[in-house]
Amino acid sequence: MRTAARLGPRLVTAAATALALLLTGCSGDSGDDDGKITLQFQSLAWQKESVDANKALVKEWNATHPDVKVEYVQGSWDSVHDQLLTSFEGGEAPDIIHDASDDLADFAYGGYLADIGDLLPARLKSDIPKRSWETTTFGGKVYGVPFLQEPRVLIANAKWLKKSGVRIPTPEKPWSWEEFRAVTKELGDGTDGKYGVAWPLKEPVSATLNLSLSTGGKMFHRGADGKVDVRFDEADEIMPRTVHDQVDNDKSASGTTLGMGGSDTLPGFFGGKYAMVPLGFSYRQQIVQQAPKGFDWQVLPAPAGAEGLAQGVSPQTLSVSEDSPHKKEAAEFIDFFLQPDNMVKLARGDWMLPTGTEALKDPALRTKKDDWAAGTALAEDLRPAPAQSVRGYPEWKDKVATPALQEYYSGAIGLDELRKRLVKDGNLVLARYQR
Amino acid sequence: MRTKKTTRAAQYAALAAYLVFLAFPFLWLISTAFKPARELGSLHPTWIPKDPTLENFRQAFDEQPLLQAAGNSLIAALSASLIAVVIATPMAYVMARHRNRVSKAATGWVVISQAFPFVLIIIPLFLILKNLHLINSLLGLIMVYVVWSLPFALWMLVGYVRAVPAELEEAAAVDGASKVRTFVSVVAPLLAPGIVATAMFAFITAWNEFFFALVLLKTPEKQTLPVILNRFIGTEGVADLGPLAAAAFLATIPSLVIFAIIQKRITGGMLAGAVKA
Repeated sequence: MRTAARLGPRLVTAAATALALLLTGCSGDSGDDDGKITLQFQSLAWQKESVDANKALVKEWNATHPDVKVEYVQGSWDSVHDQLLTSFEGGEAPDIIHDASDDLADFAYGGYLADIGDLLPARLKSDIPKRSWETTTFGGKVYGVPFLQEPRVLIANAKWLKKSGVRIPTPEKPWSWEEFRAVTKELGDGTDGKYGVAWPLKEPVSATLNLSLSTGGKMFHRGADGKVDVRFDEADEIMPRTVHDQVDNDKSASGTTLGMGGSDTLPGFFGGKYAMVPLGFSYRQQIVQQAPKGFDWQVLPAPAGAEGLAQGVSPQTLSVSEDSPHKKEAAEFIDFFLQPDNMVKLARGDWMLPTGTEALKDPALRTKKDDWAAGTALAEDLRPAPAQSVRGYPEWKDKVATPALQEYYSGAIGLDELRKRLVKDGNLVLARYQR
Repeated sequence: MRTKKTTRAAQYAALAAYLVFLAFPFLWLISTAFKPARELGSLHPTWIPKDPTLENFRQAFDEQPLLQAAGNSLIAALSASLIAVVIATPMAYVMARHRNRVSKAATGWVVISQAFPFVLIIIPLFLILKNLHLINSLLGLIMVYVVWSLPFALWMLVGYVRAVPAELEEAAAVDGASKVRTFVSVVAPLLAPGIVATAMFAFITAWNEFFFALVLLKTPEKQTLPVILNRFIGTEGVADLGPLAAAAFLATIPSLVIFAIIQKRITGGMLAGAVKA
């Protein structure tokens, strides 16, 4: 006992010293104290080419702007919402934030993002079309710069299509939804395990809403009082009905892929089970990497309706944190980062399309190699995803629309039941957010 | 006799099936890590890669600071498990041996605290660490891991302490040993397997933890392995599968090595407690 009593103060001193050493050794950066501005830029780039392009641009900026240093911080798509929310609440958010436009509404309404409408130069404002700005504009204020986007396209087994003799669609003369259904029937009806199309609809809501824009389907309607209600009119029915009929009536679409993600369908596509797979434009990278040697594939436009090739997208965005003390400098960095040449580099790194009209003219994005030209031709038809600024949309999507559409596509429920759930149950959800 | 043999055979079959079930994801991970990109997209995947390659490993190391992240994870997990055990062992002893209202309330609180979801505590925690200038700091993360694993560590150790017969301590007291001496020389050796198991739990919890590390650590030099592994996943859940599998396979190696070492220690601890020195 006496020994313990004698050791006590020594132990406390030793522990305090160790703690102090640890604190000095491990504590976080305190930031620059030389009067220079340091901006944190959190990027979500994840593919090597894209990360390299991002880092190279940051390096270039730092070399030419000695008074405003940009620090590259790596984030990840998988967890960005939770990570940003915590950072905003804790007052530690990065100055410049990379995200997607469908994630911005909550942060914008929560007061976490700065209105950068007046900080951006005229060059950038006019370079990006109005329809793209709509994806980041809420209540007349601009909360981000949309810079990369991707259309959903049909990636097809070119040899199979050629052999079948079906008409190959082009952006000028795409398939209508009826023609698309007829073509898939001709390409394969499940006999010998071969199908005309494989719909990867693990996340069926955004695919349905975005592709339904081509037929004039909007589903979300904003009234004069600003309140939004869900409707499921004739125009909204065409795309989901086509998929349902392909799976359940024609057997031209594989039922097993309905629960899959896009990547999961690729082995079957390469193995000759499906003639076509509707995927995001950036999936071309995986196809280039993974397809067997000599596999002949091509990009086709998604089917068109009364509104032509229109479809919804949620572009990648760059925003500025409301808490940032250097908003002007952050906007200057965004302007530099999104110069047309830089936008091309970023687009190629992510295998996506730039929003900027100057960048879209670049020959590197109009080449036939890897079917860049086929996607670039669709850029003008891209519109804001219908639910972009609808409060309560995430809950409607998860609790109402996802299960309802999954059941409809698999044939478990009919169109009337689908309508009832999307509209009746859906409006109950939205009403809670619009009181 | 025949029934007994049949039962034993069925037990072994069930055990074998369970082991195969447990091993499947790990074996598949190894297989994927050595497959070239074109084999990953095959409709008829094979266990043994037809054309094995180290390209995924090269790419994983090339793209992300894996070694640095593994070092950070190791520092965080080892420190957290060590500190948690050092704090929890005497606490568990007191709670197990002195059963009163306070210790019962403490046990209740420990159980309840396990029910708190991460998202509930992350923002207050973030603010506290910010005020202590411990954001983007491994020390801050270690403190979080200690606090996070302490309740369960305590709970585990209380059970181990209760399993040690109180008569041994009484005998030590009769021999003239002080409380501290009794704890160090008699109880602690008998608790060794429990302490090691608890340390293992704390280590694995910290080694695998993702969310706190993601939120609290910003710069790549400080980030841990789970955060770095997450970077191989892109939009809409699309993953850079080959490099991800290679990096994930490497991430399991330290845990396996530590398990192998600790497993021997558990056996050693059990034997050490059986004989009076």
